[in-house]
Formats: sequence, structure tokens, C-alpha cells
Amino acid sequence: MGDEKNKGIVEKIWDFFASVKFAIIIFSLISVTSIVGTILEQGAERSKNMKLLGRLFGESVAPALYNVFNSLGFMDMYHSWWFNTLLVLFAVNIIICSLDRLPRIIRIIREPMRPASGDQILKSPIRRETVIKAKPDIAKKLVEDSLKSTGFRFTELKEGKGYLFYSQKGAFSRLGIYLTHLSILFILAGAIIGASFGFKGFLPVPEGQSASLLMENRGHFSELEEQERHAIFNAVEEAGNASGAASRLNMSEDLLKAKMQKYGILPLGFSIRCDDFSVDFYEGSDMPRDFKSRLTVIDNGKEVMKKTIEVNDPMTYKGITFYQSSYGPVPDAKGEFIFRITPQGGISEIKQLHFGDSFAIPGTMITGTIRDFSPALSFDHDGKPFTYTEMMNNPAVMISFLENGKEKYSGWILRRYPATWMLPDGHNVEFMDLWGAQYTGLQVRKDPGVWIVYFGCFAMATGLFVAFFMSHRRIWVSVMEDKNTTKVIIGANTNKNRAGFERKLDRMITLLSSHTKEEK
Amino acid sequence: MNSSTLFGISTVTYILAMMLYITYIAFRNSPLGMTATAVTVTGFAAQTAAILIRWSEAYSQWVIFSPESTFIISILRSAPLKNLYESLVFFVWCLMLGYLIIEFIYKNRSFGAFATPVAGVALAFINLSGISSEIEPLMPALQSNWLLVHVMMSFIAYATFALSFSTGLMYLILKTEKRNEPSYIFWTTTLGIFISIMLFMGIDFFTFKVMVRPDQFIKSYLFKTSLLNQSLSIKLISWFIVSAIIAMVWWSGLLLKRIIEKFSIPADILDEITYKSIAIGFPIFTLGGLIFGAIWANQAWGTYWSWDPKETWSLITWFVYAFYLHSRTIRGWRGKKVAIVAVVGFGVVMFTYLGVNLLLSGLHSYGEMR
Repeated sequence: MGDEKNKGIVEKIWDFFASVKFAIIIFSLISVTSIVGTILEQGAERSKNMKLLGRLFGESVAPALYNVFNSLGFMDMYHSWWFNTLLVLFAVNIIICSLDRLPRIIRIIREPMRPASGDQILKSPIRRETVIKAKPDIAKKLVEDSLKSTGFRFTELKEGKGYLFYSQKGAFSRLGIYLTHLSILFILAGAIIGASFGFKGFLPVPEGQSASLLMENRGHFSELEEQERHAIFNAVEEAGNASGAASRLNMSEDLLKAKMQKYGILPLGFSIRCDDFSVDFYEGSDMPRDFKSRLTVIDNGKEVMKKTIEVNDPMTYKGITFYQSSYGPVPDAKGEFIFRITPQGGISEIKQLHFGDSFAIPGTMITGTIRDFSPALSFDHDGKPFTYTEMMNNPAVMISFLENGKEKYSGWILRRYPATWMLPDGHNVEFMDLWGAQYTGLQVRKDPGVWIVYFGCFAMATGLFVAFFMSHRRIWVSVMEDKNTTKVIIGANTNKNRAGFERKLDRMITLLSSHTKEEK
Repeated sequence: MNSSTLFGISTVTYILAMMLYITYIAFRNSPLGMTATAVTVTGFAAQTAAILIRWSEAYSQWVIFSPESTFIISILRSAPLKNLYESLVFFVWCLMLGYLIIEFIYKNRSFGAFATPVAGVALAFINLSGISSEIEPLMPALQSNWLLVHVMMSFIAYATFALSFSTGLMYLILKTEKRNEPSYIFWTTTLGIFISIMLFMGIDFFTFKVMVRPDQFIKSYLFKTSLLNQSLSIKLISWFIVSAIIAMVWWSGLLLKRIIEKFSIPADILDEITYKSIAIGFPIFTLGGLIFGAIWANQAWGTYWSWDPKETWSLITWFVYAFYLHSRTIRGWRGKKVAIVAVVGFGVVMFTYLGVNLLLSGLHSYGEMR
């Protein structure tokens, strides 16, 4: 008795999870909460969303509302436990709905075709008839050919004065929907694997330097924690390993490792060196055309891999992928200015210099000295130079030239404008690069689940194609002698795209009757 | 002729076609209907030419900036699907193509009166909103072969959803009988809101673009003259006007029903077109919009899904149409209930496409309005 009652509850729960009502509730909850998540900026600073709430509902209620939303996890809702629970319930709903309906569908698919009586054929949803002016044996051949040409593999039955053919096609297409459902589970599973066994972080690498320690993108830490996080990061980076850092910070190695875990400080296990970083701009504007980083992977002291990465063209080593994501100036960097100096009619020479250095133009008595530098030079209305951004958008050096110790000329040389490289008396000073003053910002990602997600995407595309563009078609054709002619009756049904199937049958009928005319 | 002249011609012809189709359904004059079709075909030809010319203009620009790219890469990178302006133009092109196909298959011109206004609104939006129609250089994140397939398939899907919106709305108009019926109230309200938005955008356009600051972009003045005006009284009057328009449509809706009824379009054909449009659009949207978008995002940023507003709203769109399909097949819903879902679905599509860019922010800076 207790057993039955128990079963009743289980069944009830099962039915609820399999119900469309439950699916609608989950769909709506995911949608509505997601909408809130697109309005409140996710993972943003407090002030941003406070301002937004103030604009929407008034300044007075904004702090209270903020606290309500914050305690409900809406400020980082896609990582909150309840949102992920909703996604799990979505998966459960899909599983149970599919399991609930699958046995019936499989039965339909496995069911062999049965011959149909003349009456049954006449009662089919789709019917066609024609008369062939020939003996049944000839007509039979014609019907066989036309069935073959439409791709039906048929069964043949001798019946009284004639024949019955029947066939079905595309029964498996009924599974398309279930493949689509299964694919969603693959995608979710891949996402879970990625989130549990992968990581995502940011790695700034200055030109000419290397980095091997990653700071993961992790949610919110208090200001104090943030300070400790950076202190630990710097200590580990400087010491090169955890034990060295632990002694520097006067804490046990175990504690340090626990804190590294907490703050998402992750040694890559190898290091990445940035050999060169460059930005190309569209001519005459500050709109970037291309970012490029020339990277070298150093594992166990050996250079194992070299690649130039760009946006849309990342590099992968040991399952960890490096994406070109940003760049910026390195504060207080002592970069190297690289010039190609070509005296008039002479041979080019490449020189690497620092700020304040002097150089000679070969074969002349002229020397130049780097007096000033601007990462982004522009001129105001009065022709006075100024720097418009700290980003290296239009690097320029001011060089003064002396001949025999006497001031000859001076001026700005701009890297992006070759016209400024030419000196008044024909010598050319090309400003090739300022090396070591910028860092490349790499997005670092390890995601062991991505191939499962991709597999899921592939399955989804296949499943949708099968579900929408293929159908389960059944056909019965009776070929009966009728005096000196032969009567052909077709009965058919399909689970989808009836109009398309009917067009196909019409073509078949026309083909059969046209053949009769030829015979005549 | 350059591309902008041709775009101008196509805009004018489409708006003319819209007026012809509407007059045609009001008077049922068949030469008028044939003229409407001829004008639409002309507009479509002009637009096709305009798109191709713009493509070649962008190509010659790309070759100057990036002489090192191969021929095929240059062709791909200069395809006219790179910014909001070009995507809207492509959307209208797909919509008109889809409409012409339906007119050809079903031999019925009255859908034109419902499909061309959607194109008209999109074209008016292009012209009124001050979206830049300049051919802009391509930023690094967009220099990917995925751009073309992702954007193209998304907009083909959007166009099929727009068609399902038109036929769904027509179905509702035909099938509702009483003023107190929920589905009657639903469609009249939808149409009322549609008309109000058009009206207020028109007022915005005249006050801001013509009178004051011609180079302002829509985001800075959208509804500032009406619903979002600083003065409380104008705000209230505007909301009152919206309610008045809705009430008017509600009051006169049965008249519209009688006009459309004269065409004797079987309602089940409308239901069928709505379903077929979605059945074509949904797989294309899933593959091109969501899956290819995810693969591209993974290649460019290292995450296939980051819950940014555009992605989230695409997912909501997907949910709504998945719901449409399930309610038809599992629950066997037909008729008014599913037609409402189709109409709501296109509202969500519009928000995903324009609302997110106008009102929210995110990674898809490509469609960003500055």
C-alpha cells in the first residue's frame, strides 16, 4: 500500500516535470530574470547601478533597491546559485519531457509498414488516382520505376487481379527533435565542465618581457582583499615560485597556496614572452586596423613555440589559449627608440637609442639628440604641439640636430608620417619603433568543455535540420486490372510538409499518365 | 549612379509601394495591385543594385587600406554587412525578397499592405535616426569570415520573423469578432503602439533634425519631444496621446477587419505562412545567430557565451520562438493563441536588434550607435 502511494507521488512529480506548464514557467523565469540582468550592468561598480536605479525609480529609493537586488544576487546574476538552478531545472525538464515521449516515438519508428486494404487506401489523408491504358504487368513496371525514382524502397504484394506496393521513408526524422533536445544537454554539460575545470584570466606582458603568472577574472573582493591579492601576486611573480614568495611574505607555504587559490592566482607552468607588439591604424585616423603580438612560449627554459597573434587569430599551448585583447603604455618604461638613418646617397644604418641619447648621421658632421617624446602628438590652433592621449596612437620624437657643435635644425619626427622623416638637406631619419614602452593585454582561457559545446552545437544544427526539413512519409499504391486498362490508386500520409509531398505525388501521377499517351 | 542615389530611389519606391498596397486593399482595384507589385519589383532591383555598388565602393576602399589582402579576403571584408546602417538595408532587402516570394507562391497581393509597412518603418528609421551611412573601415574584431555568415543568417531570420509578424497580425485582425475579446484588444494595442512610435519619431525628427541640430544622432533625442520630455505636462499629454491612439485603433479595428475580409484570404493560409516563416527562420537563427555567433565570440574573445545583453536577448528571442513551435506541436495550439506568440516574438526581435543598441550596452559594439 505504502508502495503504491509512493509511486503515486513519484508519478505526480514526473508528470509535473514533463508538463508543458513547467516548461513555460522555466522559460519565463529564465527570460524575465535575464532581462533584469541585461538592464543592471553585471559585475559593475556599485556607483554605476546606483545611478541607473536612481534614474529609473528615483534617487530616494535607489540605495534600498540596490541592496535588495544585490542581496538577491542580481549584480552578478548569471553566476548566482538560483540562476544556475534554473538552468539545471531547464535541463531536467528537457530530459523528462524527452523520456516521457521517446518510447512512443520509437515504437512508431520501429513499427513495420503493413499492407492496406483498398478501403484503407481510399481513407488516407492524401489520395491520388490515375488510369494506365495497359496490362497490369506493364503498369506494374511503371509504378515500380516511379517509386524508385522518388526514393522509396518498397515492398510488393500480389493481390487478386493486381499488386499492392507500400513503403515508408524518413521515419527516423521523428527523432530530430530529440536530437535537438539532447544537444542542449551537451551544451550545458560542456559549459559546466568548462566552468569547473577551466579558467579565464588576463595577462599583461610588456614588450621584451615575459610573464608566467596569471590573475584569473574573479568576482568581487573587498578593498583589503584586493590589496592582499596584488601583494601576493607581486611576491609570487618576483620570487618565481610559491615557497620563495611564502618566505618573503612571512607566511606558511600552505597558507599562501590556499590564498592563491582563493584569489585566482595561477602559475601557467610555462612563460610567455612578448617579442613585439604593434598597432596599425587606418590612414589618417586613430581607428585601429590591426593589433599584433609576436609571442614566444618558453617551457623548461626552452623556446618551444613562436606565433604572431591577432584579434580573431589566437595561439594555443598545452590547452591554454591566448587571445589578443588589449594594449597600453607601460608606466615609467625606458623604451628603446629604433631609427633607420640614411644619409643622402648613403647606406642605411639602424640605431637603438634611449631618451636623451645622441647619434651621428654617418658620413656627415651632423649629430642628433632626442629631446622630447610624445605618444600621441597633435598641434593646436597656434601650431603648438600637445599630447592628446597616453596611448601610443601617434608617437613622435623631437630631435635637435647640431653640426660642428652649432644648432642646425630641430623638429618633430612622427612614426606614422614618412614626410616628417626627411631632413631639410636630404638625410632621412626613419622613426621605426619605440620598443618596450607598451604592453600587450592577453586574454587567457582554458576551457576543456568547449569541444563538448561545439559537438552540442553540431548536434543541434543537425537535429533542427532533420526536424524541420525532413518528414516521415508513408505510401501505399494499389495497381488493379480494370477491363483492359489498369487503375492505380495512391494513398499516403506524412507528419510534416504535406504540400511538398503532394506536389511530389502529383509529379508521379503526371509521369504515369504521360507514359500512357506515349504508349498509344 | 552611386549607391546612395540608388538607396534613395529604393526608399522612395518602397514607400510608394506601401501606399499603393494600402490603397489597393481599400479599393480592390486590380490594375492598382499590379502597379504596386511592379513598383515593389523596381524598388527591389534598385536596392539590389545599390547594395552591389556599395560593396564595390567598400572593396576599392579596402584595397587601398590593405593592399596585402588576397582578392577573396578583400571581397569578404568589404561585404555590406558591417554596421547598423548596412544591416538595416540588408534586413529590408531580405524582407522584400521574402514578401515577393510569398506573393508569387500564394498569388495574393493583400499581404503587401502588411509587409511593406515593416520595410517602410525600417527605412524611415534609417533616414530619421541619423545612423551614419559612411563606409567605415573595419575594426579588428570584425575582420573575421564569421562576420558575413553570422550577420547574413541573423538578418535572413529576422526577415522571416518580420513576415510571420505581418501574417500573424493579419490573422488576428481577421479572426477577432468582439471589442472585448482579449486577442482583439491585443492586436489593436500592438498596432496603436506601432503607430504612436512612428508618430513620436516623426515629431522628434522634425523638432531635432530639421529645426535644431541636424547632425545629432537618434539616441540623444529619441522621444525627448514627447514621452521623455523634461516638462511633466508634455510627458503626460504624450502618454495620453498614446492611449488615445490605442483607443482609436481599438474603436475602428472592426472596420479594418471588414476591409481585409473583402479579400477572402483564407485565415488558415495566414496561419500556415506564419508557421512556415518561423519554421524556416528558427533553424537559421539558431545556426547563424546563436551557434556561429558563439563560435566567432570564442575565437575573438575566448568565450562562446558571456551573457552580454545582445546574447541574452537573442536567447530570449530563441525561447519565444521555441515556445511558439512547442505550443503548436505539443499542445496543438492553432490560430489566435499562436498568432499572438508570433507577434510578441517579433517585438522581442526588434528589441534584440535595436532596443539593445539604443538602450543597453554590450560587446556587440559593431551595431553601436554613437
